[in-house]
Amino acid sequence: MLTNADFLALEGTAGNFTATINLRPRYIDADACTACGLCTQYCPKHHVDPYNEGLAITRPIHIDYAQAVPATYYIDPSSCLFLQHETCQICVPVCQSHAINFKQQPEERKLHVGAVILSPGFGKIDPKTLAKFSYGKHPDVVTAFEFERMTTASGPFQGEVKCFSDGRHPKRMAFIQCVGSRDIGCNNGYCSSVCCMYAIKEALVTKEHDPEVDITIYYMDIRTQGKDFDAARERAEAIGIKFVRAKVADVTPWENRLQLTYATLDGQHKFEPFDLVVLSVGLESPKDAQKIADITKIGLNKYDFCATNGFNPLQTSQEGIVVAGAFQGPKDIPESVTQSSAAASLTAATLKKVRGKGVELKTYPEEQKVAEDDEARIGVFVCHCGINISSVVDVAAVANYAGDMKNVTYYTENLYSCSQDAQEVIKKKIKEHKLNRVVIAACSPRTHEPLFQETLRDAGLNRNLFEMVNIRDQCSWVHAGEPELATVKSKDLVRMAVSKARHIQALPEQTVPVTPKALVVGAGVAGMTAALNLAEQGFASVLIEKGESIGGNLKNLHHTLAGDEVQSHLKTLVDKVKQSKNIDVICNAELVQTAGFIGNFASVIASGSGKDKTEQTVDHGVIIVATGGREHRPDKYLLGKSKKVVTQQELEKQLAGKAKTRAPGSIVMIQCAGSRGDDLNYCSKVCCNHALKNILKVKEINPDSQIIVLYRDMRTYGFAEDAYTEARKMGVVFIPYEVDRKPEVTQKGAKVQVRFFDSIMQEEVTMSPDLVALSVGIVPDDTDTLSKLLKLPVTANKFFLEAHVKLRPVELSVSGVYVCGLAHGPKPVDETIVQAQAAAAKAAIPLVKGYVKVDPIVSSVQQDKCIGCGLCVSLCPYGAIVMQKVDGKRKAETVSASCKACGICAAHCPTFAISMGGFTNEQLISQIEAFGATGDR
Amino acid sequence: MGKAMNNREGAVMILGGGIAGIQAALDLTELGFYVYLVEKSPAVGGVMAQLDKTFPTNDCSL
Repeated sequence: MLTNADFLALEGTAGNFTATINLRPRYIDADACTACGLCTQYCPKHHVDPYNEGLAITRPIHIDYAQAVPATYYIDPSSCLFLQHETCQICVPVCQSHAINFKQQPEERKLHVGAVILSPGFGKIDPKTLAKFSYGKHPDVVTAFEFERMTTASGPFQGEVKCFSDGRHPKRMAFIQCVGSRDIGCNNGYCSSVCCMYAIKEALVTKEHDPEVDITIYYMDIRTQGKDFDAARERAEAIGIKFVRAKVADVTPWENRLQLTYATLDGQHKFEPFDLVVLSVGLESPKDAQKIADITKIGLNKYDFCATNGFNPLQTSQEGIVVAGAFQGPKDIPESVTQSSAAASLTAATLKKVRGKGVELKTYPEEQKVAEDDEARIGVFVCHCGINISSVVDVAAVANYAGDMKNVTYYTENLYSCSQDAQEVIKKKIKEHKLNRVVIAACSPRTHEPLFQETLRDAGLNRNLFEMVNIRDQCSWVHAGEPELATVKSKDLVRMAVSKARHIQALPEQTVPVTPKALVVGAGVAGMTAALNLAEQGFASVLIEKGESIGGNLKNLHHTLAGDEVQSHLKTLVDKVKQSKNIDVICNAELVQTAGFIGNFASVIASGSGKDKTEQTVDHGVIIVATGGREHRPDKYLLGKSKKVVTQQELEKQLAGKAKTRAPGSIVMIQCAGSRGDDLNYCSKVCCNHALKNILKVKEINPDSQIIVLYRDMRTYGFAEDAYTEARKMGVVFIPYEVDRKPEVTQKGAKVQVRFFDSIMQEEVTMSPDLVALSVGIVPDDTDTLSKLLKLPVTANKFFLEAHVKLRPVELSVSGVYVCGLAHGPKPVDETIVQAQAAAAKAAIPLVKGYVKVDPIVSSVQQDKCIGCGLCVSLCPYGAIVMQKVDGKRKAETVSASCKACGICAAHCPTFAISMGGFTNEQLISQIEAFGATGDR
Repeated sequence: MGKAMNNREGAVMILGGGIAGIQAALDLTELGFYVYLVEKSPAVGGVMAQLDKTFPTNDCSL
């Protein structure tokens, strides 16, 4: 990790680059700094805090935030008195660990690397663009970034929303969307793709802080096209956040408030007063985009983002250099994360030959033996979580309470237990006080348990000698209004954990070998891309397809919005798959049965039909689910009843044909036909782009064609916005409709008639176009069967549910199973390709390692107590218990690698022969007893 | 991430230590490559470290 580093030069070619990096001095010795913060307290100079968007004052010597990595302070030379004027130096003697070193010089370093990933993020909109909204002139106009810091509990105002002008709490607030995006005035014609989401998020958070505040969001289109994003918008509307479709002209100071001038669709100009105005600023290309392009010789698009192609969305114009994240185009966190994994898999394929040559494996000190009858020496650490916990719970009282308990050898408080310096403290205290059990009372074990367990291992303790208490979610958050009771509850929980900790034991770390092969289910673009990428990384896969041939939905598409030919790309892809020695394609195939666990699956695949039907068993280590989706066919708007009503896909096919009349003279397109709360409860993400793609094609063939698009929100996010702009320039008419006033299509003799309410002219319109094209949405292909077979959860809309929507977007809850493409949710081809590459990266991880670690918390059967009834086998939802003959008697045994530690077996065993690692009956009973024993410590 | 050793085979440079760069670095190390994560500011984390909560579930962002 090289921080404070500038990228100066890049020479060489793929596989053999030399990068030149300049490391700017921190003026603090990273190894010596303990991040105690004393220097910041003594530093006399003020420094505007960029981490807090300039809303707070820090000192030139500081750290951005407590959890920063590396956890080393630094001196900002731009305002340091010594570095500017050679005076002061107060910090030098203050630092107890003598870490401050003004003699540090910039250091140039050459890095020899095989490949480069560019992930420089995004830039911010020029404040000049914001001037018309009085930004910079009136303190109560803020950007959404500034507002985010304002609402943050750990931010400069501890989450209090107030007006900067006089500190009052705002009664009326406005969000203005598309500031610096979809704005040709500032040369940002594209949509920034994230602002609608963050505005809704910030509005919801504000309502949580103060339910009385009146919030209006002024928008052109609400673009919540991501998976399950529309639901958040509906939630916002339900709690009274107002959405007004209007273009905001300006914001001007008016008495002690702000006046917002806006124009609604019907051409009216309106005024509205507000206390606080938040500008939903867009994402711009990174400030140093041009510099990066000059150094790496990669191409940029007209907006200075990295130029890539829709079929190879992360490949820059230079071999060996790929891009990930917002530099490829504005995008949100899950898509950035997906792209990063995809970029990793592309790089891994490029550098396949040198894999594993440069890495050192992390080693841990030998584990300290903790015998069952050793005296328990428990260390209790109670976390403030900044003010997240301590603003409600009396943390000191909880820590002192724990200190009085039996077996508690050491106790303390931490400001942030998760910070890097806190880990060092925990390690030190474990050694100093010979602790053999650790209890941390902090936040959720879901996010932080692995971190603390790693710290235990570093200190030579088995990671299961650990108990975590969640006094944030379960105390300070849910009982925010009752601080005293929240403190009592925290004490109760800590007492229970300490009591359990007296009984916890070390559990063994196990590993199992991995079969280095993947099973890919579905041979559309997602499955093919994933299998090909794995092949390029050197791993074999079996690619099964239920249809006659591979290719999937791509077979129905002809060109992309960017103008690329789909069929020629599909042919290349299919040829590559067929020629690959690493890919075994089975068509007419279906997955009948899968047994086993990550690293060791065995699947039965049936292929052929009738008499030719055969079954084969394949051993494999991972599964990629790419079962795809298809066009939804709503029984609406005369679809299937009139030849003049077609879907966008049918129109695309017609346009790719040769018929002279293929581009009709008049077309009405109806968006969201059957979607967004109709047959389908969600947005299908691709339909707006699909409509525009067809519009541009129609106009190319027949420039005189009259096209009207009836829509709810045009969701041409990202660079697709350009196509929307172009279509409007060509005279295509876009008219929004309200959900309670949907258009109607009726048959009139040989003609079809469309009736709709024109919200611009404010009148009912009836017309008889040559063709009605419906944007119909996407449904997943049968996910039920696979969901039952592999025990994979699906969403309410029947798409597979990923393990974590933000941070694990291609992993499923069952280890070793990954998802990509339409089976995960509706998305365009480029996003499908990236997701497939990401799934290949995740799937390759166990294949590369050759082994998987088994979680130590699994069930185990005490076989002398087992009566062989088999109840556990029938109840286990993961097939993780098998019956075996031991000395001629039936006995149950756990398959550790399959066990998910749900505990159903242990709860049902009639003879208490099954216990759960880390949750034995003895441990749980002591915890329960401690709950009741308030007086007994 | 170990001490600097500038002549490793199988090394990759990632420019930018925001969520995208960090995720790519994590995946690449798991895939068996050495990573130089080059970040211009004093800490990795990027913009996501400035966010309080994330859409649509309002989970904590840190």
